[in-house]
Amino acid sequence: MAGIYIHIPFCKKACHYCDFHFSTSLTYKAGMLDAIRKEIVLRKSYLRGEAVETIYLGGGTPSLLYAGELTQIIDTIGNTHTVSPTAEITIEANPDDLDPARVRALRATDVNRFSIGIQSFFEEDLRWMNRAHTAQEGEDALKRVLDAGFTNITTDLIYGFPQLSPEKWTANMEKTIGFGIPHISAYAMTVEPKTPLASFITRGKEAPMNDLQSARQFTELMNVLRSAGFEHYEISNFALPGKRSKHNSNYWNGVPYLGIGPSAHSYNGDSRQWNVANNAKYMSSIAEGAIPREIEVLTVSNRINEYLMTALRKIEGIDLDHVSAAFGTPYSRLIEADLRQFTGNNWIIKSGMRFTLTDEGKLFADHIASEIMVE
Amino acid sequence: MKHIRNFCIIAHIDHGKSTLADRLLEYTQTISKRDEKAQLLDDMDLERERGITIKSHAIQMNYELDGQKYVLNLIDTPGHVDFSYEVSRSIAACEGALLIVDASQGIQAQTISNLYLALEQDLEIIPVLNKMDLPGAMPEEVKDQIVELIGCKREEIIPASGKSGMGVFDILRAIVERVPAPEGDPRGELQALIFDSVFNSFRGIIAYFKVVNGEIRKNDKVKFIATGKEYGADEVGILKLNQEPRDVIKTGDVGYIISGIKEAREVKVGDTITHVDRPSTTAIQGFEEVKPMVFAGIYPVDTDEFEELRESMHKLQLNDASIVFEPESSAALGFGFRCGFLGMLHMEIIQERLEREFDMTVITTVPNVSYKAYTTKGDEIIVNNPSDLPDPNKLEFVEEPFIKASIITKSEFVGPVMSLCIQKRGVIINQSYLTADRVELTFELPMGEIVFDFYDRLKTISKGYASFDYHQTGYKQSDLVRLDIRLNGEPVDALSSLIHRSNSYEFGKKICEKLRELIPRQQFEIIIQASIGAKIIARESVRALRKDVTAKCYGGDISRKRKLLEKQKKGKKRMRSVGNVEIPQSAFMAVLKLD
Ligand SMILES: Nc1nc2c(ncn2[C@@H]2O[C@H](COP(=O)(O)OP(=O)(O)OP(=O)(O)O)[C@@H](O)[C@H]2O)c(=O)[nH]1
Ligand code: SF4
Ligand SMILES: [Mg+2]
Repeated sequence: MAGIYIHIPFCKKACHYCDFHFSTSLTYKAGMLDAIRKEIVLRKSYLRGEAVETIYLGGGTPSLLYAGELTQIIDTIGNTHTVSPTAEITIEANPDDLDPARVRALRATDVNRFSIGIQSFFEEDLRWMNRAHTAQEGEDALKRVLDAGFTNITTDLIYGFPQLSPEKWTANMEKTIGFGIPHISAYAMTVEPKTPLASFITRGKEAPMNDLQSARQFTELMNVLRSAGFEHYEISNFALPGKRSKHNSNYWNGVPYLGIGPSAHSYNGDSRQWNVANNAKYMSSIAEGAIPREIEVLTVSNRINEYLMTALRKIEGIDLDHVSAAFGTPYSRLIEADLRQFTGNNWIIKSGMRFTLTDEGKLFADHIASEIMVE
Repeated sequence: MKHIRNFCIIAHIDHGKSTLADRLLEYTQTISKRDEKAQLLDDMDLERERGITIKSHAIQMNYELDGQKYVLNLIDTPGHVDFSYEVSRSIAACEGALLIVDASQGIQAQTISNLYLALEQDLEIIPVLNKMDLPGAMPEEVKDQIVELIGCKREEIIPASGKSGMGVFDILRAIVERVPAPEGDPRGELQALIFDSVFNSFRGIIAYFKVVNGEIRKNDKVKFIATGKEYGADEVGILKLNQEPRDVIKTGDVGYIISGIKEAREVKVGDTITHVDRPSTTAIQGFEEVKPMVFAGIYPVDTDEFEELRESMHKLQLNDASIVFEPESSAALGFGFRCGFLGMLHMEIIQERLEREFDMTVITTVPNVSYKAYTTKGDEIIVNNPSDLPDPNKLEFVEEPFIKASIITKSEFVGPVMSLCIQKRGVIINQSYLTADRVELTFELPMGEIVFDFYDRLKTISKGYASFDYHQTGYKQSDLVRLDIRLNGEPVDALSSLIHRSNSYEFGKKICEKLRELIPRQQFEIIIQASIGAKIIARESVRALRKDVTAKCYGGDISRKRKLLEKQKKGKKRMRSVGNVEIPQSAFMAVLKLD
């Protein structure tokens, strides 16, 4: 089992909070798509013949591409890899791209899952974030994709920014549920360095994020979505039964994946590597047949720490029997000792050798993860 | 003996002593091209990294001038005030000194203090105007300063550059022509002055000496006069780039001896070596004992490592006899050592060496100077640790050490320098103009006010145009109080400090604020209080751990987040729990960073 991630490094405009890699100039789009297809071919052995169960077209904004361009990419993957006939194929799409013609054209491709960047249904929030779409376009897009017969849809929502009142936050959640969207990824607004938002805050033009507000809205999120029947299967992800994201779940389960395109990350079980986050450098290197990448070979402790960090965020939690089996009992004993303080204060529930976060504990997931990491 | 010249290089810090020494070694072909690297004599890792000299370094050169061969013994010395005792020792082995002055900076505080050390020993001074290659060099102005200071002739000052090599041959000629040859009686009883000792893990303890009278041969039976111990001279030799064994070291020359000395303490720098068979009855006048200026506790982060720490401190003492330490215990930190250092730089270096060379992770507590407390019964108690201060009802009064400080700055900064010194409870005792716009200010100041951040602040307010030198003058009665810090109500003895009553409120407030910054949030709120006796004078709190709703984990970028969290975990290594509060190492040094 394996996954493939394709990074489409273009966006219409730059959202103020975003630190992903993209360019707002589309002039060399064709050259980039050639390079991406060439990289897929160059790296056809990376997954060692594993069957590809998921493909994820992310970015950036892949919905900027024409259906024909997407099909070329998917076909290139099909020609170089064994793609399972039931593969989950997701596209990240922004509402402003999802006009009726585009949705119809996408229907004809192999794409079978949408990840739609809604963020908020309020116009003032979208303007504040500098999103490309309007509130109306957001609602229209959801409706259109549903009407076109797609059933596997997720939307992104953001909470925890100063102007999002509790009422607005509840409204955003209810509206999404009301549409019948079966999966929601909800993120607390995070101020990443070197973004416009970060510089607004340092210059005093914007208020900093408030951790208590984020915590309250996160708690509200858990309550609302659980009562609507969603499973809180990963700290930022909620799904109706059977609608979990297979692609992302594989990241968290240590399944290998191949990342194509500038800034894309790959993982093969032993090492992680990432491509240069620069479109020009990426294209010129690929043109010469070289993958412009940095590589990190994982040590045992790196691998344990990755497991702890990702497992802790999941509904299934940390399984110390797995740690014993995969890395040895001395490690699981160390970790168990470190976990004790958190079972003591009710941030973690222990059942057998499984340790899962309580709702309170979820607010401190990063802190707990760093406390239990090994050296 | 007529053809030996012993000289040292002295100067203010960074005026280019070690770089000029490189050139001398190169021009006399003491080192080959292959050995060349900048500041070659700074051979400790720490010296190379920090770009400063910590220990004096002696080396012998051969030089031929006008057909005559000479032996030149050079000693490069450190410029930093913490290590000025190294300079006095080196001077005792020499008849001349190169006084280096940076042509762009002019005379600075240690130029003067080191010059006086050399003059006290009647050394011939050769003034060198260095860094002439710098665009900012002001040769004429600085020559005026030098002439004024040492009363030499203008032509005697040698313009030079350790970078370009300018003036190096002139310097070599001046050493031969102006520095007197050592005097002494070659047939007299042996008297060799020990001016330094080093520890080498393969060869043991090696003493460096200068033969004042008589001569010393391999296999001689020798006696160290002060300690009374006797040894066989297993090996004697001269100090080249490496030690070179010789059969004999004659009158006036500088050399080394290896004699199976086990303990660093057996070698007292300043002691005199003589023969067992034909002893000299008198010793050469040695040096004053080096006195530590600053005291602080050093504790292992891991309480189990106390014995290992003791072992490491002993080993460290083998090649740095200037550290003193004795065991102490702290309610907060357990067992550790109270250590005396020559200054803050010295303290930093010791901590760094413990970590690097012995792999010890240690916590250093708030440093303080040494106080004297007098009890109502009339006893005098030396207080090197605030918690040793007797209870108020048993305490008659306290005395604190004072220093005389010399500050040289530009006249435009006199105002700010004065206010800084007054704020530090200083009293001006003299002000004299060295030139039209350079002033030397002399203050009497409590030492406790200057050993920590004084120099940094001085440099800031004078935009770098101030230098500073000091020596201790004595003790004076003072209204000192002990300021205690409590975390969640628990007093943390390792954070206590002694402070003048007039500053205590302000200080208490600042230290609480600083601790609030440095103590990381924990699962509960932490109340920080400063108190004098039972009276709380300041309060701050650290909120409980931030509810950190975890950020988006981008696509497959798991490495980034993992590294971030692993780093957080690493930061914990240097924390120590006191009660249930985890305190990072930096908090124990918080007092140093108040502004
Ligand atoms: N331009 C110029 N720079 C020099 C010269 N001599 C030394 N320097 C620089 O000045 C700095 C200090 O040089 P050092 O030789 O280490 O000075 P020092 O007097 O031995 O310093 P301490 O031993 O720490 O007191 C270094 O960065 C040298 O490169 C010179 O003649 N010209
Ligand atoms: S559309 Fe997505 S990738 Fe592009 S700037 Fe906005 S958040 Fe970033
Ligand atoms: Mg030096």
